[in-house]
Amino acid sequence: MDFAWMAWTWPTAAFFGTIFLMLVGMAIWEWRVPGGSPRVGILRFETTRGDRLFISLLGSAFINLAWLGLVGPQLWWSLALSVVYAICVFRFV
Amino acid sequence: MDKTWNNNAWFLVLPVLVLVAFSAIIPLMTVVNYSVQDTFGNNEFFWAGLDWFEDTLHSERFWAALWRNLLFSAIILAIQIPLGIFIALNMPKRGWGVPVCLVLMALPLLIPWNVVGTIWQVFGRVDIGLLGRTLAAMGIDYNYVQDPLDAWITVVVMDVWHWTSLVVLLCYAGLASIPDAYYQAARIDGASRWSVFRFIQLPKMQRVLLIAVLLRFMDSFMIYTEPFVVTGGGPGNETTFLSIDLVKMAIGQFDVGPAAAMSLIYFLIVLLLSWVFYTVMTNYGQGDER
Repeated sequence: MDFAWMAWTWPTAAFFGTIFLMLVGMAIWEWRVPGGSPRVGILRFETTRGDRLFISLLGSAFINLAWLGLVGPQLWWSLALSVVYAICVFRFV
Repeated sequence: MDKTWNNNAWFLVLPVLVLVAFSAIIPLMTVVNYSVQDTFGNNEFFWAGLDWFEDTLHSERFWAALWRNLLFSAIILAIQIPLGIFIALNMPKRGWGVPVCLVLMALPLLIPWNVVGTIWQVFGRVDIGLLGRTLAAMGIDYNYVQDPLDAWITVVVMDVWHWTSLVVLLCYAGLASIPDAYYQAARIDGASRWSVFRFIQLPKMQRVLLIAVLLRFMDSFMIYTEPFVVTGGGPGNETTFLSIDLVKMAIGQFDVGPAAAMSLIYFLIVLLLSWVFYTVMTNYGQGDER
């Protein structure tokens, strides 16, 4: 099948590939440890690991947007900051 | 009893996943793909990287539309939620008044958006509209075509007229589910009208209020048709909300790349605010129980 008319690019493919791999990873994690590991963290309400992934991805999107608007188009530092943020979310939220 | 976990049940949601993929996920992926490219038509695309996101974030036009939209949603929630609760509390609980009120409340919801816009567009006109003519006869200088404040008042009142019924019906359903025993116990304890509302009715309406706030926020934040029909985003850009601006950009100017970048930022804001509303309202009061 020819998908050239959709004008897909490698960066967007890599972006969605990463998200897809994250979801596959979460599915494997759920398969190995069922139940979503619910717990009450610093936000004082119950979150599962799926919630924590959602909070990580949404927060990362805003970190990168803020960096783009305030600093500039070089997003490597904001990407690193997002990874640190995601680790903190999975650890403490 | 321990819960039984069976992950094979996930296969049952596969058909829905395929449907959602074609109706939502793949179109959203396409928007992401367009947001990093530029096109002049003829299906030729050029890599633009993050330029459109940067342009959008530095665009005064975008921020102005966003603040207008947030202000509009805040006004709508501040009016419709208390008003909806107030009307629901005062609706009859039994007798012939119940179906009459329910039908009257449901009527505005049955009217299509563009028809509501047309009704108010004509209703408010100074030359032929009942509202415009009446206000002019009373000596009130009202003209929604030229005056930004009048345009805002018209759009807000129109939305209140159209959508408060939804809040009323949801709250009424919540109130109808409260057993009489609660009211009897309150009467025995000598509870005041306010106490009954604060400690019985409001907590019991919490779930439906969550739905009402979420629906009204998302609808008002994504409003397009009614203000477009009534004011066309004017006077000037005074009632140009994000969706109107987005359509102008994507269809009027055929700036597909910038419009895609703007719509993604718009989508992320909707997602964030909806998540905050949902989380706060579903977890409200649960900390006390722990």
